[in-house]
Amino acid sequence: MEKTVDIFLFGKKYSVPESLTIMRAMEHAGYQLVRGCGCRNGFCGACATIYRIKGEHELHACLACQTKVEEGMYIATLPFFPLAKQVYDIEKIKPTDSVMMQLYPEIYACVGCNACTKSCTQGLNVMQYIAYAQRGDFAKCAEESFDCVMCGVCSSRCPAGISHPQVAMLARRINGRYVAPDCAHLNDRVAEVDSGAFNDLIEALMQKPLEELKELYNNRDIEK
Amino acid sequence: MYPERLKTSLDAVEGLRKENIAFTPERMTAEQKQSLLQAYHPDYRKEEFVSLKVGPNKGEKVPRELADMLQAHSRLAGEEIDLSKPDYDVDVLVIGGGGAGSAAAIEADRAGARVMIVTKLRIGDANTMMAEGGIQAADKPNDSPAIHFIDAYGGGHFAAKRELLSELVCKAPEAIKWLSELGVEFDKDAQGNMITTHGGGTSRKRMHAAKDYSGAEIMRTLRDEVLNRGIPVVDFTAAIELILDSNGRAAGAVLMNMETRELLIARAKTVVLATGGAGRMHYQGFPTSNHYGATADGLVLGYRAGAALLYADTLQYHPTGAAYPSQIFGALVTEKVRSLGAKLINAKGEVFVHPLETRDVAAAAIIRECGERGNGVETDEGTGVWLDTPMIEELGGEGTIERRIPAMMRMFGEYGIDIRKEPIIVYPTLHYQNGGLDIDPDCMACRLENLYVAGEAVGGIHGRNRLMGNSLLDIIVFGRIAGQSAAARSRETEVGRLTLDHVAAYEAELAAAGIETDLRSPKLLPNYTRQKDI
Repeated sequence: MEKTVDIFLFGKKYSVPESLTIMRAMEHAGYQLVRGCGCRNGFCGACATIYRIKGEHELHACLACQTKVEEGMYIATLPFFPLAKQVYDIEKIKPTDSVMMQLYPEIYACVGCNACTKSCTQGLNVMQYIAYAQRGDFAKCAEESFDCVMCGVCSSRCPAGISHPQVAMLARRINGRYVAPDCAHLNDRVAEVDSGAFNDLIEALMQKPLEELKELYNNRDIEK
Repeated sequence: MYPERLKTSLDAVEGLRKENIAFTPERMTAEQKQSLLQAYHPDYRKEEFVSLKVGPNKGEKVPRELADMLQAHSRLAGEEIDLSKPDYDVDVLVIGGGGAGSAAAIEADRAGARVMIVTKLRIGDANTMMAEGGIQAADKPNDSPAIHFIDAYGGGHFAAKRELLSELVCKAPEAIKWLSELGVEFDKDAQGNMITTHGGGTSRKRMHAAKDYSGAEIMRTLRDEVLNRGIPVVDFTAAIELILDSNGRAAGAVLMNMETRELLIARAKTVVLATGGAGRMHYQGFPTSNHYGATADGLVLGYRAGAALLYADTLQYHPTGAAYPSQIFGALVTEKVRSLGAKLINAKGEVFVHPLETRDVAAAAIIRECGERGNGVETDEGTGVWLDTPMIEELGGEGTIERRIPAMMRMFGEYGIDIRKEPIIVYPTLHYQNGGLDIDPDCMACRLENLYVAGEAVGGIHGRNRLMGNSLLDIIVFGRIAGQSAAARSRETEVGRLTLDHVAAYEAELAAAGIETDLRSPKLLPNYTRQKDI
């Protein structure tokens, strides 16, 4: 038998194999998950979880699908957190620092406690990316926040009521749309396709006998 | 940290690394590939497939787990459903909140239709979110949609519907531009040129990426746009049956609240089915890289209502699923790891396959190496082979891994494996449903009017194998087409009397075919609980 550890799911004790993730441990205990379970691979942020180890004071945050159980873990999942998402028109918005002031003025009330960074399940420097957002430095905010899975734990710990993941989302979209350099070869190719430059080539492929297409495929020249 | 018993093999990998970096194995000939696939690819294990006894594809083979769901009872069997007072009444009902569904909803909204998304989990809980490596588009000067077509057509074993594939490749550059304009951050150099790489089976470097969060970056942007547009999203609500109207057209769906089990009726002029894939069906007992809700629901809904399937007997097993440690068994290791230079190595430290063969060929080669050849590395869950990630840093310079594949570094780092310094162990994982519902180029199901299908639920775009980066592409290209088509069609549609007669007729067909089963479908979610229900 594999070694087990005692954990506490919402306060109730269960003994589970020590190799399991928190998510698998919940299922092992008999939970059929509906909320709090999405990609099961650390990308979607559905399984934000807060825990404390028995006898310790510090609260930890993690993704249940990416974290192994430990002896004496008191576990509470956070399957939803009421983040404030402001709506805007990406076509009309301007990449100026006043955007943040208009949509997310609470970021300027940050008290610098760094609780967001300490609680980030992705290990991001959350307070730093909020600082970039305050200055309207969208590129840096986008870069610093890129791995965010929008689980919302940071916001649950914030005394200023900031919805960090939504601030970062806005910064990334502004950066992708307005700040990052435009792509000339992409624009050229779209124009070429629109002008019908490839129509004959494609039409010829559509009509070609299968054997000829096999020939073409098997003798392709492959870019190094 | 690897267990002591793997040390000899690990030493061999490290000892031969320099040699292995310099060595490029031959690519296989067409004949070699075919015989490898026939002998080792799971799609060729005849005993794992059964013939359907009812429905539009009667007589055709599908995986036995899928047949069980297609030939199960409706969740509404024996229920009296009142369709006369719909809870929702819209122009376009989008079922599924992944990349294809979101793209469809955005386009339908842009076209002025009243559109609504229903999704059984949250918007964004989808395979799109988990796609790591990238999205293809022929937008470089040395490339063209025609070259993209040939790569994909050959990679899919010449089985793709050409009229779908030509849409895919020709609309690819526009799809990238559309995403860019929504604010998706692609990897670019200082001049704005896209940083592109190869994928397995590509002849040009046309893989666009957003680090190794490509799908997540696309999905979160689409979700943000859906919310900005005020498109209603009814989450934790599954479609459990399509509703037709008295003209035999798709006209809505019966919905079920996943938490309260309340049934709701949605009436619509047109329906977009974008329910995604099937990894959580665990065909042939394989682990999967898919999200929690990937249970082939759309195939069941469509099939019962009369839409036909195409290539439902072909699945994609991604060659590099994580095989160690067991906590991440089956999780995706992006193909980009091989694009960046890591090679597949057996237990003896030998390179045994070209790193950029197509996925089906690479998967079959790994299965052969671990099986008949006995060159696998023993893991807690079975066997696997090494994927020598430190090669990436040797080739691209220190920092390449952190910059280009941070999600991979994080995933293994959680378990004490630094992929910059140590190789990882991989084995094929169930990744993608190549087949699905048969559609025309405007995304309408071939045999069911006013039903549009987009994304992984479609069959025929890729043929019998899909190239890396063509799925993120297809959800955008066909998601948009589906939304545009469904919106246009809704303007000229008068919905007739709503009916579920097709469900009763299907039940009668099951009975006539002598099928006895306690199963109900669609599956909606897998059951991983240890406890049995009383």
